[in-house]
Amino acid sequence: MKRALFLIPLLFFLGLAGYLGFGLTRDARVLPSTLIDKPAPDFDLPPLLPGGAGLKTADLVGQVSLVNVFASWCVPCRAEHPIWAKVASEEKLPVYGINWKDKQAQATAWLKELGNPYARIGFDPDNKAGIEWGVYGAPETYVVDRKGRIRFKYVGPVFEETLDATILPLVRKLREEK
Amino acid sequence: MRRAVLAFVGLVALLVVAAAGAVQPDEMLKDPALEARARNLSADIRCLVCQNQSIDDSDAGLARDLRLLVREQIQRGRSDSEIRDYLVDRYGTFVLLDPPFRASTLVLWLGPLFVLLAGGAGLIVYLRGRSRIAADGNALSEDEAARIERLLGDGDGRT
Repeated sequence: MKRALFLIPLLFFLGLAGYLGFGLTRDARVLPSTLIDKPAPDFDLPPLLPGGAGLKTADLVGQVSLVNVFASWCVPCRAEHPIWAKVASEEKLPVYGINWKDKQAQATAWLKELGNPYARIGFDPDNKAGIEWGVYGAPETYVVDRKGRIRFKYVGPVFEETLDATILPLVRKLREEK
Repeated sequence: MRRAVLAFVGLVALLVVAAAGAVQPDEMLKDPALEARARNLSADIRCLVCQNQSIDDSDAGLARDLRLLVREQIQRGRSDSEIRDYLVDRYGTFVLLDPPFRASTLVLWLGPLFVLLAGGAGLIVYLRGRSRIAADGNALSEDEAARIERLLGDGDGRT
């Protein structure tokens, strides 16, 4: 028994190394949202586009939807942008936009250039709604269930891989919920 | 001597500039007491873009938004802890640079203490073992005494 005592430092080291090694596999820059499984926060944003639809809390109730935080100055937003048109048409999934810390003219020109896949776009130049949602960068994408609760948050650009592996399976599951 | 004084004054001036943080004049509150509270509070709130700077130090746009939010809430008469809770509700406890004592942060707070105690216990066990050897294990056995006697008592003249 006493002989095995020399193993204690070794076990301690292996445990610590395993724990820290696990830490290395996680992206420390990605924060878990505190809003998961909670109702979307109270917000009411005016439309970005003249004649378009704005975005408010009540708009998120009734169907499963995505909320995408974007800005014309955000390069990864440009990279992920084509996927939203595809999601909106192929999946019949409403994608709502929050235009975050942007200028109206630039955001409008950006959508004119790249196309507008959003069913509604709220204009949030001074981060009023962004703070309520806990947004800390763009792009961010939220999956909202039909009761208007936030069920998932993704930080960073969404590409096919994340969409097919994570977002769409969750959307299908949420659509079956009553 | 004068040059040294000048250099010292220059150094102090630099430090004062550094202490001003990223707060822009147009953000500041008119009431110096409230502004001091805002500075004090925002020194403890993490900028979520740069992550190792407080919002008081950071030039990021989000940090500015949060500085303005802190000041707006101070003006509306909210207490420091109410403002902190408001931010934690939206961004999580990560937004506080000083992590709160909770179940999920137990390892963080108590880990060093545990390591210290474990190391201390190990040290005590080790030292006790050593003094026990010194107390009773050091006496020579009969064989050893005889052998030393033989080696020393040989008397070949070289010792």
